[in-house]
Amino acid sequence: MTPGLWDLVLGGVWTTVQLLVLSALLMTAVALVVGVARTHRLWIVRFLAGLYTEVFRGTSALVMIFWVFFVLPVAFGWLLVPMWAGTLALGLTYGAYGSEIVRGALGAVDPAQQEGGIALGFTPWQRLRLILLPQAVPEMIPSYCNLLVELLKGTALVSVTGMGDLAFSGNLVRLALQESAHIYTYLLLVYFVIAFVITRLMRGLEKRLRAGIGKDPGDEHAARTRKRRETTGVGGVA
Amino acid sequence: MTWDWSAVREFMPHFWDGLLVTLQALVLGSLISFSLGLVWALLMRTPTRWVRWPVGVVTEFVRNTPLLVQLFFLFYVLPEWGLTFSALTTGVFAIGLHYSTYTMQVYRAGIEAVPAGQWEAATALSLPARRTWFAVILPQAVRRVVPPLGNYVISMLKDTPILVSITVLEMLGQARLFSQQHFQFTEPLTVIGVAFVVISYLASLLLRTLERRLVR
Repeated sequence: MTPGLWDLVLGGVWTTVQLLVLSALLMTAVALVVGVARTHRLWIVRFLAGLYTEVFRGTSALVMIFWVFFVLPVAFGWLLVPMWAGTLALGLTYGAYGSEIVRGALGAVDPAQQEGGIALGFTPWQRLRLILLPQAVPEMIPSYCNLLVELLKGTALVSVTGMGDLAFSGNLVRLALQESAHIYTYLLLVYFVIAFVITRLMRGLEKRLRAGIGKDPGDEHAARTRKRRETTGVGGVA
Repeated sequence: MTWDWSAVREFMPHFWDGLLVTLQALVLGSLISFSLGLVWALLMRTPTRWVRWPVGVVTEFVRNTPLLVQLFFLFYVLPEWGLTFSALTTGVFAIGLHYSTYTMQVYRAGIEAVPAGQWEAATALSLPARRTWFAVILPQAVRRVVPPLGNYVISMLKDTPILVSITVLEMLGQARLFSQQHFQFTEPLTVIGVAFVVISYLASLLLRTLERRLVR
């Protein structure tokens, strides 16, 4: 490979990582807000949050990407920088999946904890911040980790719109070198390594958070495989 | 924002063509993933680690890498090895292979969820292995397996637009073609977006009913 091609590939890796980090941040924010809104006491808030989840889980991520890239500029006159368009489409779509994880974990906290908070005169915001979330977040991590890997796989989709991410630069290198088998194998390996790093980081984070609330770290691998269905099994049942 | 109903009317015939291809890919992809997933799950139960280990590594790899790149791999590399398939066939196989690594987990969980006492009872009654599987274990495992499998079918539906990258004219492909020919992007892309929401919502309702039936 020539130095120019290396630059191309490294640029692609950098774009993918940037896109992953930005859309993961947006995804997390959306998931927390929508997930918490689904446990709100007003029915209209719950309904709107549920509607959001159904609509954004219902569309395909790729259709959403096409929509943001091609319809927003024409219909609303908003031409977004490709990086932000990709972040928006991926963050909103995967955030809808994430909101189900947040809702499930909040629901799994012992009701007595919530009642204790009420008895002690905590405001709803204090209950959420000081009682519910510290216990719910460690529960979310295994599913969240699976979702991050799904998001990483989703970032490859933006290459279809011509954005220069890892998959796109891999395709250019293939055109230059005509060695499909090698190039695509390396490409898959790079994605696998990124996914592996994510999994390791999340495992460490989970251990730390669990230790913080005095719970046994447990067998994370078992927990992850058990929860895989929740994150990736889409549709009505969570 | 401008919305042109006549563009929608013009697009609809292409939409139905695309929907047909999407459903075709979905049904065939599901069949491949269900059967291949069962193969992986059974291989993971073999006593030798020389089988379990490679199968585990390969499926883990396939599960953690993007379907899009796998699709490119199959579409551009297989012809180099002298295997030429149509774009749709390649796409169906890629989707089936990718999702088989998810369904294998479903089967495994379903089989493991059958209480150990059932196995022991089958042994105590000295049922042959065939009868143990077909009359005792599988009927109980199926109930646990169907709902998550249905979820993966819905996921697969939402992954079929990826086939557009290898020139298959499914729903998104038709929408893209139409918008490039008529310079109208809003209507076709919105129509298929809505179609995806409607189809997956209906499918999830159907699945919930099915689940209620099975649990009973």
